[in-house]
Amino acid sequence: MTNHWIDLKNADVVLVMGGNPAENHPISMKWIIKAKEQGAKLIVVDPRFTRTAAKADIYAAIRSGTDIAFLGGMIKYILDNNLYHRGYVANYTNASFLVNPEFKGPGQLNGLFSGYDPKTRKYDKKTWSFQMDENGVPKKDLTLKDPNCVFQLLRKHYSRYTIDTVSSITGTPEEKLIEIYKMYGSTGRPDRAGTECYAMGWTQHTVGTQNIRAMAIIQLLLGNVGMAGGGVNALRGESNVQGSTDHGLLFHILPGYLPVPSASLVDLNAYIEKYTPKAKDPRSVNWWSNRGKYITSYLKAIFGKSATKENDFGYAWHPKLDEGMNASWLNLFDQMYNGKFEGFFAWGQNPACSGSNAGKVRKSLGKLKWMVNVNLFDNETGSFWRGPGVNSADIQTEVFMLPCASSVEKEGSITNSGRWAQWRYKAIEPIGQSKADAEIIDELQTRVRKLYQTAGGKFPAPIVNLTWNYKTAVKQIDTHEIAKEINGYYLEDVFDTKATPPKQLGKKGQLCASFVHLQADGTTSSGNWLYSQSYTQKEGKVINMMARRGKADPTGLGMFPEWSWAWPVNRRIIYNRASVDLNGSPWNPKRPVITWDPVKLDKNTQKPGVWVGDVPDGPAPPMGTDGKGKYPFIMRADGMGSIFGPGLADGPFPEHYEALECPLQENLLSKQRINPAVKLFYGKEGSKEEDIFLSCDMRYPYVASTYRVTEHWQTGVLSRHLPWLLETVPQLFVEMSEELGAEKGIKNGDKVVVKSARGQVVAKAVVTKRLKPFKVAGSTVHQVGLPYHFGWQFPEDGSGGDSANLLTPTIGDANTMIPETKAFMVSVEKG
Amino acid sequence: MSLSRRDFLKLSGGTAVAGAVGAGVTPEEAAAQDEELRIKGATETKTICPFCSVGCGITVHTKDGKVVYSEGDSEHPISEGTLCSKGASLYQIIHNETRLTKPRYRAPGAKEWKEVEWDWALDEVAKRIKDTRDRTFKATSKSKVKEKQPDGTEKDVEKEFVVNRTDGIAHVGSAALDNEECYILQKWLRALGLVYIEHQARI
Repeated sequence: MTNHWIDLKNADVVLVMGGNPAENHPISMKWIIKAKEQGAKLIVVDPRFTRTAAKADIYAAIRSGTDIAFLGGMIKYILDNNLYHRGYVANYTNASFLVNPEFKGPGQLNGLFSGYDPKTRKYDKKTWSFQMDENGVPKKDLTLKDPNCVFQLLRKHYSRYTIDTVSSITGTPEEKLIEIYKMYGSTGRPDRAGTECYAMGWTQHTVGTQNIRAMAIIQLLLGNVGMAGGGVNALRGESNVQGSTDHGLLFHILPGYLPVPSASLVDLNAYIEKYTPKAKDPRSVNWWSNRGKYITSYLKAIFGKSATKENDFGYAWHPKLDEGMNASWLNLFDQMYNGKFEGFFAWGQNPACSGSNAGKVRKSLGKLKWMVNVNLFDNETGSFWRGPGVNSADIQTEVFMLPCASSVEKEGSITNSGRWAQWRYKAIEPIGQSKADAEIIDELQTRVRKLYQTAGGKFPAPIVNLTWNYKTAVKQIDTHEIAKEINGYYLEDVFDTKATPPKQLGKKGQLCASFVHLQADGTTSSGNWLYSQSYTQKEGKVINMMARRGKADPTGLGMFPEWSWAWPVNRRIIYNRASVDLNGSPWNPKRPVITWDPVKLDKNTQKPGVWVGDVPDGPAPPMGTDGKGKYPFIMRADGMGSIFGPGLADGPFPEHYEALECPLQENLLSKQRINPAVKLFYGKEGSKEEDIFLSCDMRYPYVASTYRVTEHWQTGVLSRHLPWLLETVPQLFVEMSEELGAEKGIKNGDKVVVKSARGQVVAKAVVTKRLKPFKVAGSTVHQVGLPYHFGWQFPEDGSGGDSANLLTPTIGDANTMIPETKAFMVSVEKG
Repeated sequence: MSLSRRDFLKLSGGTAVAGAVGAGVTPEEAAAQDEELRIKGATETKTICPFCSVGCGITVHTKDGKVVYSEGDSEHPISEGTLCSKGASLYQIIHNETRLTKPRYRAPGAKEWKEVEWDWALDEVAKRIKDTRDRTFKATSKSKVKEKQPDGTEKDVEKEFVVNRTDGIAHVGSAALDNEECYILQKWLRALGLVYIEHQARI
């Protein structure tokens, strides 16, 4: 989230699209209701009339997979009716930048952007560039009239997204579209804020990234980013999926969003050179110019004293990806199917039910020599060798199932969706012989290290040089020691050499105050720069900032700056420099996030001029200050919010494409039916039958989507075993409209079989008014929905049914490779 | 655990009414007393809900090393004491008879699990990690890169680079671990040379 949960109360309009907080983030709904009590309007757009929709002022149904058409129509409406926040758009976004005149869009190239190569299914992005002046700074037209400026290109691109076309694609009635566009567009007024809440309803599509980009464009046009009650807010699915992402449990990032090194970056200098963006404009803060400090401090954290200037801080010990290698989820399981892996860890995850095309995942597991499954409960992954249709004798995989402790049987922090890292205490010892995950990691690490120390082996350096200083007098592994390593230390006395005389920033051996003090010369360490300040030292005293429970709310906006700790540097609303005008006065004086006080003295410099309110995105004076003002979007090299996004794989503007499986023969907007930049697993030489997809096929006529219910969690491993929850929602069901029920002769409670090109599940029919048939391109289209919480392993009598992911396809988003489980095609028959 | 919630309500409701007759208190008062007794003398521990990402506060009551009750933390600024049906069921995770309490092992071709000792399981896993790593370790690998030609143009060329990685092992999970655990987990996996590291955030 750019903002945080309580901040939802500060919105004037809340748009929930691609999420369902009332059921999946129930307590957050308290703050949406609070906003409503204060006069805010709630808009819900969803294929299904959810419990969030039940509280909405306006609800609109949308066919799964058509959000870009819906949002593109909103962009057009905002531009056509001059609802955008002009001062914000001109000064804080790249709307004024001039684009290469060679750039062409889908309106000109029938669904493609310039530079497409059909053989590789990739774009050459040469023409997706800005025109530069003689100083290497993008050329601008602040009047936004130049035909090559981003603003005019945006207008041109979305001129095709007329109300009738959008309605025909999405199935949303025209009058609903207009009503919603008007309502949400009203937040373009500087003193009004609109917020957007999304979850997997937006990410799990072949156009997932561009769904969110489309909303980001709207929020920038309306001046809603950085504002209290604004922002683009991902409602993340798991208690610590924010923290686990921050800490780099993904193939492409290390902790703190540092890219994983690739083969051609042969030394640390080459790495830093490649990943340190250059900004020629002195008004751009360009925060990633600090990359060298963060990667060096990371290497010092993980390799300690063994990491020296002479050995490039151990950079060579770190594994490298091949250039262009994508080791993400779908490719990982494809490689597993191919027999690439001997060993596999499924640690606190149940891919046999959570992976898209779960049937293929289950087959892949049988190709392993050994698997380690760490969990609180037995599950479909650990027990795959005794699953339905599997002959155990044929499966040669050894499985080690290691029992781990629950969250109250250990101590540590987790980070919620609003970026608050909150400390949890240990209430009891682990049950039975179960162990905290940290202990299991510690045990395995210690044993593997010993084997390499005693017996040698391939390339032992990273294993034997890895820092592992977590043992204390009382504990084998103390999570406080890990938290301190993450925060980082001054390894020498560190000085600010720019000051005269040089000012001491920190003393050798102490915990770093924040990432602002990290150095690129090996004199500091930090396991994750983004969390530097989370466990720190003030006047010598060690403070676990994440354990704080202060209830002060000085702004009255619900930021609670003394409750736990938020990354970065306890900033509660990121991009908050965009919440003020060029002189530092809040766009919305009723809800100021930060305000520039030109008279008050700065505590550090004793000079007049200081920000009050939230922790600002950097201490520099407001943008309009002569000579010293800085642009607001400090993480962007050009300092501007990106309306034009040249870094994406599938286009600098979001364009509507249909899902891999959809009910239409053609995309109503162009000749490109699906996202032209997605990786196809099926339909070429060597394709696997498991990856089959069938679009617009009479055998699978209904659009389907997966979703969740309040009473269960993800694949259900942590909820199917809880008697209360299992009793309330005991088994797989499929929701369908009364019209579809009548057409198929299916009544509420009937047993039905839902099939896709890849698999089938048995489910109870829930025939409901919550779903209605859509009018799409003049025809009737039905949509059904299924939760994915169930699996064959528990309840042990099989009464829960199996995973809805047995139906979902092998295809991912063009940018992130997140599988498309929110739009695919099925049949439903009485069973 | 064979008692369903509905049975439980019937039972406890019945008990409360029976008690009420004897003690001259209403069922509501009896229920309130029940609650008080359950947490009387218990130790309070603050935690955060392990389910969704709202981060609601929960107070866990423990007595004699057992969790006797859990409830919303009324001081928590986001949840203000409230919990959803999952958060409210937290304590059922803890003393749950279907929890795994001992390591298990399944041999190649076996039809059943076998309970094993931790020491054995950890040693065997460590051996397999080393064995697979040593056999599948890749010191160098070929990558296509763009190389500047003498005439100023760029050409794709295939070159061998040092990669120092273990291609024979993959990992998925875990968004339910604590931050500190996530950090040391990725640190250790990468020290082993793994690059196939993924988790819930991708799906």
